[in-house]
Amino acid sequence: MMVKHLLKNTEALESINMKTTKIREKIIETVFFLCALISVISVVAIIAFVFSKGLKPFFGDHAYNFLDFITGVRWDPENNQYGVFYMIAGSVFATAGAIIIGVPIGLLTAVFIAEVAPKSLVKIIKPAIELLAGIPSVIYGAFGMGIIIPVIEKISPQPQGQSLLAVICVLTIMILPTIITLSESSLRAVPKSYREASLGLGASKMQTIFRTVIPAAKSGILSATVLGIGRAIGETMAVMMIAGNAIGGIPTSIWDKVRPLTVNISMEMGYASGTHQEMLFATGVVLFVFIMFVNITVIRITHKTVEKD
Amino acid sequence: MTNNVKFQVHDLDLYYGDFQALKKINMEILKNQITAFIGPSGCGKSTFLKTINRMNDLVEGVRIDGQIHMDGIDIYKDIDVINLRSRVGMVFQQPNPFPMSIYDNVAYGPRIHGIKKKSQLDEIVEKSLRQAAIWDEVKDKLKKNAQAVSGGQQQRICIARTLAVEPEVILMDEPTSALDPISTLKIEDLAEELKDKYTIIIVTHNMQQASRISDKTAFFLHGEVVEYGETSQIFNNPKEQKTEDYITGRFG
Repeated sequence: MMVKHLLKNTEALESINMKTTKIREKIIETVFFLCALISVISVVAIIAFVFSKGLKPFFGDHAYNFLDFITGVRWDPENNQYGVFYMIAGSVFATAGAIIIGVPIGLLTAVFIAEVAPKSLVKIIKPAIELLAGIPSVIYGAFGMGIIIPVIEKISPQPQGQSLLAVICVLTIMILPTIITLSESSLRAVPKSYREASLGLGASKMQTIFRTVIPAAKSGILSATVLGIGRAIGETMAVMMIAGNAIGGIPTSIWDKVRPLTVNISMEMGYASGTHQEMLFATGVVLFVFIMFVNITVIRITHKTVEKD
Repeated sequence: MTNNVKFQVHDLDLYYGDFQALKKINMEILKNQITAFIGPSGCGKSTFLKTINRMNDLVEGVRIDGQIHMDGIDIYKDIDVINLRSRVGMVFQQPNPFPMSIYDNVAYGPRIHGIKKKSQLDEIVEKSLRQAAIWDEVKDKLKKNAQAVSGGQQQRICIARTLAVEPEVILMDEPTSALDPISTLKIEDLAEELKDKYTIIIVTHNMQQASRISDKTAFFLHGEVVEYGETSQIFNNPKEQKTEDYITGRFG
């Protein structure tokens, strides 16, 4: 009797215990969920805000022609001229330039760190790259103004050093940490068995790297590149300090001044109002579309794990 | 030294840092035979196999004393490691095809060694796949990713990839341990066919496999060769008590 009673008691206790555990689990789960919700709500709120403000000038009574906006090559708010095509061109050229120069340098650096360099040297190079990633962009801008622009002034056919070339130089340096770090980790993730197979067939170390390791790390390197594009196209502060920020005209040479999309917003948002302000938001929408395109590309690349021919 | 000796191993010691993984190995390995290395895990049989094509060079902190002569040439002194590895091919424990098409996998070695002509590559690829007894299964999907076929097929593609370099020796490091029984039998049949042309050295955990296919067997224990001799003698009439204990399943 006694024993049975006791057993019953412990069972009851256990079930209470289980209940409290369950409730506690639920509470913790809810906290996690709420935390996750903050980012989702933020991104939805930002998109809604930017799009609602930015699309407004193209609807209603005094609607601005969207085609004029997207294909225009002059930004002159005082004369109600809002063309952003030359800015799109500026952003695209600057980004493309940085990628064309930065990706090969970054990839070869990553190969060096992951495959070639002795550990002692890696210990010096890696912190340097991490530091490069941590430098605030205004410092990059200052570096561009102080070092790169004077050099360009000397060699440029144009009077000013602020130019597409200056932007490309600084953006190249700025995307290097992204390219290097991501490429390096994807190179390191290539199974050792591929290297062994290649070396076992009598391939040299370099043949193994270029014919086996890099192709196997292709998707990681590609997503590094795309993230580099995102970084370059979104960079504002450093670019503003060295771009020259022309009020119109598609850049036709690397010596020309440019005015990337980001710069347009950050330079004028402080004092703009009315249509002018809404047009800056519209610029933001264009930028947003680019960034979303970049992100979707990254997601598609990283989800495609095994590529089949 | 007789003419049909392929490898002459003399007092080979191998250390991983302070740990001695191989102790005074002495062995003669004959041409056109299958030599099997058996022994419990960690006995040094795979380590020894990898000294033959110098794959251990890749491991940090490895030190090797003693000599291995291939056709009378010291492979640690008198031959370039790249040349050695194209003469001594290797098939690994896990099938490890590259993430590229079957064709490109098999053509990898020849391309590395400078063959560019399409017709010549086509010929090598077909010949190697035929030799590896997998041509009929893959001839219609040469452009398909080699990692998309079954494990047994992958392993035969890897064997074809090794054959495409036209080595003299094929090292097999437990080539069937990741495969099902049918694939295993196919690889075993293949090994027996290939020994007419190649010298084959196989590491295996599977004692039936060793007794089925090998001509000579070496039993390793704690980094030493306990017994080395004709396979039939090792399995039917071992001289050493330890060998008998191992092959009768008393330990290992």
